[in-house]
Amino acid sequence: MTTTTPIAPTAATVEQPRGRAGLRQAVRAEWTKFWSVRSTSWSLFALIVATVGLGMLSTHALRSQPGPAFDPIRRIFVGFNFGQFAIGVLGVLFISAEYGTGQIRSTLSVMPRRPVVVAAKAIVMGIVGLVVGEILSFATFVVGDAMLAGSQSHVAFATPGVLRVLIESGVYIALLGLIGLGIGTLLHNSAGSIATLAGVVLILTLIVQAMPTVVIDAVSRYLPANIGATVFAISAPGRFQNVPIFSPLTGLLVLALYAAVLLGSGCYLMIRRDT
Amino acid sequence: MRRPRPSVGKVATVIEVRGLTKHFGSVLAVDDLTFDVAPGRVTGFLGPNGSGKTTTMSMIMGLNHPNAGTVTISGQRYQDLRWPLREVGGLLEARAIHPGRSARTHLAVLARYNAIDLKRVDVVLDQVGLSDVASKRVGKFSLGMGQRLGIAAALLGDPATVLLDEPVNGLDPEGIRWIRTLCKGLAGEGRTVFISSHLMSEMALTADQLVVIGKGRLIAQTPVADFVARSSSQSFRVRVSDTSAFVAAIEAIDGVVSNNGDGSMVVTGVDLVAIGDAALAKRVAVYELAAQASLEDAFMELTSASVEYRGAS
Repeated sequence: MTTTTPIAPTAATVEQPRGRAGLRQAVRAEWTKFWSVRSTSWSLFALIVATVGLGMLSTHALRSQPGPAFDPIRRIFVGFNFGQFAIGVLGVLFISAEYGTGQIRSTLSVMPRRPVVVAAKAIVMGIVGLVVGEILSFATFVVGDAMLAGSQSHVAFATPGVLRVLIESGVYIALLGLIGLGIGTLLHNSAGSIATLAGVVLILTLIVQAMPTVVIDAVSRYLPANIGATVFAISAPGRFQNVPIFSPLTGLLVLALYAAVLLGSGCYLMIRRDT
Repeated sequence: MRRPRPSVGKVATVIEVRGLTKHFGSVLAVDDLTFDVAPGRVTGFLGPNGSGKTTTMSMIMGLNHPNAGTVTISGQRYQDLRWPLREVGGLLEARAIHPGRSARTHLAVLARYNAIDLKRVDVVLDQVGLSDVASKRVGKFSLGMGQRLGIAAALLGDPATVLLDEPVNGLDPEGIRWIRTLCKGLAGEGRTVFISSHLMSEMALTADQLVVIGKGRLIAQTPVADFVARSSSQSFRVRVSDTSAFVAAIEAIDGVVSNNGDGSMVVTGVDLVAIGDAALAKRVAVYELAAQASLEDAFMELTSASVEYRGAS
């Protein structure tokens, strides 16, 4: 592994290409980066196990104890409540791992314009989240619904609302990935970012539920998990009967706004701070 | 094309540092630093640990923001470079690298960011001698291998300017010699080579020009040869027959004597001829009179007022 031969003059007289390094190059680089670390595969594995597996368990219970009041879609998609956390963690690690290892200094020295780096990561995360999310929602539905075949809870693609759930659930997964990326961009620290994500996605909902009605009414509709609960269902969940809640589509737009604000402010701090 | 590539001696790629100042809280890390780095030669950036070398390098590469002052590369701010990696190759820290990727993938990612042909990845891996471990995870690399990978990244874009922060750290003597040859070769091709070290002796062998700092301030900007010659702290190792008579004689001509404890002494503040004459006048026999390597001394003398951390001695 040692060599003492002097460097050969290589392309020292070659002209540089036109234009400048920008988003197109950055997306290619970040795509390579995304798929070349182990955390990607195990996070995606956890995501698949959580969503499909929990959906199957829940559906199995529904099959043995069918009840007309149940929304079968909500039972099939129950795993998404946990799967959303896994994609969020993937989003966090996509950037926080760079800060943890010092890789960010390499990245920013080859692309000093921070917004380009953040945008490239968001595009990669968005594409992966959407594709994985849609595959998951269709797979979960097909597997879960096959288990309900012949029972009174059986639903079909054609059942009103089902196609909306399938499409929007994938979008929801993509947005959670972007929210994770946004938290990681803002906080830099893996453990802190994952804890924050867990707080926002899982714990905050429980805390709010324990609050007085005024607070529940004011806050509930803004919580990601509650938005998710309306997205992964044909009918509005029972616990929202007297609580103001966003329609699934509005809810997704609110999530998109969260992601944009987190990514934007994280990017602003990256520009201002030392690396 | 706005700016042709630097074939030998054609384009003056130059780093211009002007009034650069950086605070970390109440600590003044870099204090009104002004210097130039010219193409075609190796410029050594010398200073004790903690003197602000890495902070300055980080500001040149746009990673840290100065509180005051500017730094440009061929007149451009780093952030405005069109293809940063094709223009400036930097080794900032040995491990600014995700440990989970292979050496080849790490370089491929950097290459993609600047639309550099992926063939260059294998070229530079070969250049730094890492071809055999190209597929190995970087986390398993030794310090020296990590350093070589960082240098491979710096060379990836075939840049006109190369910045290496403490490149010999963790390298074995063979590797140190390789860095020396590499830097001289790059400078010989007309590139701007800026290389930091806290080792005066290493800089004396590698660099043509020196920028010396201490406590964030510029101490000297000078050719290496001048730096050594100009130093007043030329010191001599002396062994004599009559120590007390000799000490008295030297002190009479304002020299300074310190005892080495092994029967020999070190004399500073007077030159070789004066020492010999003083000994002769007192009829003291001189058994040994040798000029000591003064590089470290010159460096120590210049920076002694500005060493941040000093062990109790």
